Amino acid sequence: MTEIADPAAPLLEVDDLQTSFVVGEGQDVRAVDGVSFAVRPGETIAIVGESGSGKSVTSLSIMRLLPKKVGRISRGTIKLRGRNIVDIPENEMRAIRGNDIGMIFQEPMTSLNPVHTIGTQIAEVVMQHEKVNKTKAHERAVEMLELVGIPEPRRRANNYPHEMSGGMRQRAMIAMALSCEPSVLIADEPTTALDVTIQAQILDLMRGLQKKLGMAIVFITHDLGVVAEMADRVVVMYAGQVVETGTVQEIFTKPLMPYTSGLMQSIPRMGKSETKVRLQTIPGYVPLLTKLPSGCRFRTRCSFATEACAAQEPPLEVLDSGRSVRCIRWRELDLLTVKATA
Amino acid sequence: MIMSSDPKVAEQPAKGRDQLLHVANLKKYFPIRGGVLNRVVNHVKAVNDVTFDIARGEVVGLVGESGSGKTTVGRTILRLEQATEGSIDFDGADINRLNKPQMRRYRKRMQIVFQDPYASLNPREKIRTVLGHALALHNIGTPSDRDDRIVALLEQVGLSSDYINRFPHEFSGGQRQRIGIARALAVEPEFIVADEPVSALDVSIQAQVINLMDDLREKFSLTMLFIAHDLAVVEHISDRVIVMYLGKIMEIAPTRALYRVPNHPYTQALLSAVPNPDITERKERVILKGDIPSPINPPSGCVFRTRCPIAIADCASIVPPLKQVAPDHYSACIRTAGV
Repeated sequence: MTEIADPAAPLLEVDDLQTSFVVGEGQDVRAVDGVSFAVRPGETIAIVGESGSGKSVTSLSIMRLLPKKVGRISRGTIKLRGRNIVDIPENEMRAIRGNDIGMIFQEPMTSLNPVHTIGTQIAEVVMQHEKVNKTKAHERAVEMLELVGIPEPRRRANNYPHEMSGGMRQRAMIAMALSCEPSVLIADEPTTALDVTIQAQILDLMRGLQKKLGMAIVFITHDLGVVAEMADRVVVMYAGQVVETGTVQEIFTKPLMPYTSGLMQSIPRMGKSETKVRLQTIPGYVPLLTKLPSGCRFRTRCSFATEACAAQEPPLEVLDSGRSVRCIRWRELDLLTVKATA
Repeated sequence: MIMSSDPKVAEQPAKGRDQLLHVANLKKYFPIRGGVLNRVVNHVKAVNDVTFDIARGEVVGLVGESGSGKTTVGRTILRLEQATEGSIDFDGADINRLNKPQMRRYRKRMQIVFQDPYASLNPREKIRTVLGHALALHNIGTPSDRDDRIVALLEQVGLSSDYINRFPHEFSGGQRQRIGIARALAVEPEFIVADEPVSALDVSIQAQVINLMDDLREKFSLTMLFIAHDLAVVEHISDRVIVMYLGKIMEIAPTRALYRVPNHPYTQALLSAVPNPDITERKERVILKGDIPSPINPPSGCVFRTRCPIAIADCASIVPPLKQVAPDHYSACIRTAGV
């Protein structure tokens, strides 16, 4: 008899995760510095950030896929259904990957084997996780291909990855990731390399599958349009840290952190203005992890920065509503609320 | 629907303005070789009969998905690729027929900005050398005043003059794209093809570069063909927009009209597929079925018909002409724009 799990309990809970990279003699940088978030069944959480924000390193850390020589988890816990998986042996971790946590990447070619057919690869994953024979496993592979909307799945199962288009390969990879019905799906820029009409198909597919299978999804992306359409809650990262969290509604309509607000205003919006409007920009560039400014990491680009911002690193303040913000001035700032129609 | 009273207008979109570039019936086929004799067995019809023009000082956006031929159009116009057929009239001369020395004079007037500036910058050359080459090649300025020109160029694109002695790897993506733009501007061109200039950049940096291009366009009265797959970016910078699919033009329209009242079912689907960052509004979405067909064997009739939600039997036999549906607005669809 198994206990009935609390449906509101988080499936995956990342707490104070720190991942360090060796950059030179004895010098470490923290690519991920104290990141915490949790995701519940059926929920989609989006981790947003620009290059160097640490969002992809976060996902690789959760999957324990960082090459040992390059980076290591130096602090924090990653709990799957309450069990810390940071230090479990590799063979146990292997069982978790695929079974409990599935993952899809931006470039499907890197995770598909070019010398085996799609059907064989999916069947293999199925056999690794379930006691079924080859024929049964192949049947399951065909079912999965059908589920992700690949036409003529029986014929396509016999295709090699190179015989498929980009959109088709992405579907095949999703089919493979979902073939063991993981309870958590980590999707790292899964549609970034795809054309918009194909992206729309894949996002639609992911939403449909989530409804059907009740997965928790961790969606990692830099595309705020995709975030708005997919996420329930949003984690904004900058230079390795979480700088703001909230529901998608909160983050998009009333950002509290100047970086989030700047990001929202720098996206060109379609069909909004009668005449050309100048885009708002965030001046400067994302700092290198080896050359972080003192105090707030965003202050060198922030138009609201004061001397106090340079003095000490602002803590991630958790508000009563449950959202959090890393900015000592958020209470006094009146950041532009993004209007529905400009 | 407003139909033009003059049927000739429909054949040559937007004629009558001060044209800088007129591209007519442009085709670019890439041969595919195969078999033991390495014969040409087929062709990729990357650009298949494309006609449009660009007025002096105008920014025309060119959008399309992979395989639409948008990049090939840009490269062919600059003769980085030789056209298979058709004419490219630049300020009165068919540049497709110019010989090398003649072409050199035109090269100075037409420049390109690439998507990945890093791939187009020599990693062993300092910025001074990169920009100096461009000036020397086209005999601009004297060797002694070149440094001053380079500093001025850097300042125009928002980079500090201290950067003159740095190497490309010392710059971030956004800074490198600024250098790519500075190099294009070095020879004082009239016309720039910008091929996905901001696609590789982060959102906050992308906005900086778009604004920069907008400013420079104004300042130097540049004419531009802005190629991109990001429809929001294209709307932001363009006066008119061309939508391509599988080597063909589906629709050409003034920017506002294209985004407000798209005529072609492909344009409509494309616009509706763009994820909307405004969570306060949710729109109906047209989700296209299937993949983009191969440009080796494009569908007969209308190339979009295999994915089109409103295709009929006639779409397989009739190649839809670009018909005028409103002033300056043309669409190639027998269902929405007529035969």
